[in-house]
Amino acid sequence: MNSPFLDNSLFRNIYCYLAGGSDGCASHGYDIALLPSGLEWLAFAITAFIIINVVINAALGAVIVYIWGERRILGRIQNRTGPNRWGPFGMFTSVADAIKTLFKEDIVPDEADRWLFNLAPILMVVPVLMVLSVIPFGLGTFVVDLNVGILFVIAVTSLSGISVVLASWASGNRIAIFAGMRSVAMLISYEIPMALSLIGVLMIAGSMSLGKIVDAQDVPFILVQPLGIFVFLIAAQAETSRTPFDLIEAESELAAGYLNDYSSMKFGIFFLAEFLATIVASMLIVTLFLGGWRGWEPIPSQFWFAGKTVLVLLFIMWMRFSWPRLRVDQILSLAWKGLFELTLINIFVTGILIAIWPEPTYAELWMMAGINWVVFFVSIWAVGKLLRPGEYTNPAPEVDRPAYPVAANEIPDEVTYSGGATR
Amino acid sequence: MIGLGLLKAMRVTLKNALKTPFTIQYPNKKVGIIGAAKNEGMSPLGLVATKPVTAAKAAMSMYSVPVNIPQNRRFRGNEFTWYEDRCTGCASCAKYCPLGIIEIVTSPGGFDVQEGESYAIDVFDIDIGRCMFCGLCVEACPYDALHMGTNFERSKYERDALVIPVDELRQALKQPSSWFRPQFEERDYDPFRDGAEDEHHQVGRHEMPDQETLDQRWVEER
Repeated sequence: MNSPFLDNSLFRNIYCYLAGGSDGCASHGYDIALLPSGLEWLAFAITAFIIINVVINAALGAVIVYIWGERRILGRIQNRTGPNRWGPFGMFTSVADAIKTLFKEDIVPDEADRWLFNLAPILMVVPVLMVLSVIPFGLGTFVVDLNVGILFVIAVTSLSGISVVLASWASGNRIAIFAGMRSVAMLISYEIPMALSLIGVLMIAGSMSLGKIVDAQDVPFILVQPLGIFVFLIAAQAETSRTPFDLIEAESELAAGYLNDYSSMKFGIFFLAEFLATIVASMLIVTLFLGGWRGWEPIPSQFWFAGKTVLVLLFIMWMRFSWPRLRVDQILSLAWKGLFELTLINIFVTGILIAIWPEPTYAELWMMAGINWVVFFVSIWAVGKLLRPGEYTNPAPEVDRPAYPVAANEIPDEVTYSGGATR
Repeated sequence: MIGLGLLKAMRVTLKNALKTPFTIQYPNKKVGIIGAAKNEGMSPLGLVATKPVTAAKAAMSMYSVPVNIPQNRRFRGNEFTWYEDRCTGCASCAKYCPLGIIEIVTSPGGFDVQEGESYAIDVFDIDIGRCMFCGLCVEACPYDALHMGTNFERSKYERDALVIPVDELRQALKQPSSWFRPQFEERDYDPFRDGAEDEHHQVGRHEMPDQETLDQRWVEER
């Protein structure tokens, strides 16, 4: 057992309770060698059990509340009231939906690969829950503070592509496979800008640990790294397959995409994973760019974190309700031609700035912010110019073949066309 | 500039989100503390002071107020209004009904039995489940005894329960629709006004004007 676990207040209290100190180990000075080795693991097991239960149940409850909130706000945006019948402000509507989903018939198609078919939803939701283990929810409120936290997050979230492939292949349904293939193309493409957009943050904070990154944010990194949050927000939307990028289950094109053959709670788990991923993505945005749990004193840090998360969720919902879905080629060209370049520019500029100010102070962070905002606007303008489609021209094809009728041996082998749609 | 359209879209959605919802809630709507206080007939502060439980429910949007949706006065609801005093049991409505869903059984001996002019009506059943609300029965009635009704909350769980028996017709609220009844519209009758209930002697057509009036009207129109 390493000493970092003693930073966790719950573990420390349980540990010291088992060691017999009622005053929370204060007299022992948090010594790690208090207990015989067996009880050390017991304390760890009890703490882990409590924390895992609390975190997972809180996450599932948050999904229920989030679905309700999204339906209410979507209703208001469409000049409707949204669900308002069942419970206060219609809050129990999504509870009722969850119960309904549980009681539906669970169908596995004949041609499905049963084992993979059942494995896919689990693979979808477990990585998202694992990401929650490294996020600091407040001052001293975290499951574990990994020193490679961001690497862990990126590695774990990229598993969602595998579960999409598994689900589509195991369904034994060709439409699901079409959907799975193109959505995996999207998921893998957006992994790269998502990972690269965080490198600027890492360089300024000087650490991969999410806790250290929050500590480093004397100025919120949304101000210091505008390109970073711009790319990360878009890439996170694509990774969680929210509406501007909901290629995965584009209802109007693909029925439900790779979810075609899923029913009952397996479908429910996919649904849950999607919404949970959105919540986790906004938590990551808060942790990495909005100062995490940092706030002003009288309000507890956990509330600051929750409030910022809700704000980011509201913004994501607003984006979702406003914008139409992109076509598959547009999505991929945005990732490779737009966001990838932006992340490279960001890394380059931030690298130069870090070379000038290796350990930025408060004033130096503000200077970095100013330079980065200039770079932000210039590079967005330039990349927008590059991405802009050309004028759509479709003149009649110029064919340099002779007018018919001619003898067959006089027809040229090659017929060249020019014009047409240019991009 | 590229990307400006996205911001415009977000502005449009935000504008719509701040508008009042268009939804008309029926049969009841959820109201807050102010609406609940208005329904209880007291001021919001008085509601909080005297009925804290009701106020708390209203604050959590769990207090509902019944909603009446006003229709056009020519609205044809699925209940008929029938004035037995005007009905002679001639069964014109039953004969004109394209679907044959009106069943009338009469026996001699109404209130004018000594003159032999009217019959007691034993059965006047309208099978509303097959009615198409064409209103031909109302047009056919020579004595303005049968009118389209305005009540439309007559949903049932069984088909048989959709037949309106004569007793229900007798006891129903007399709030006829003004469909095919111009005499209602001439005196601005509105069935959806509160307490709009007409007696049988008010619902008939006007008597024919005498010859002098008709001549005068003909001259004036020329």
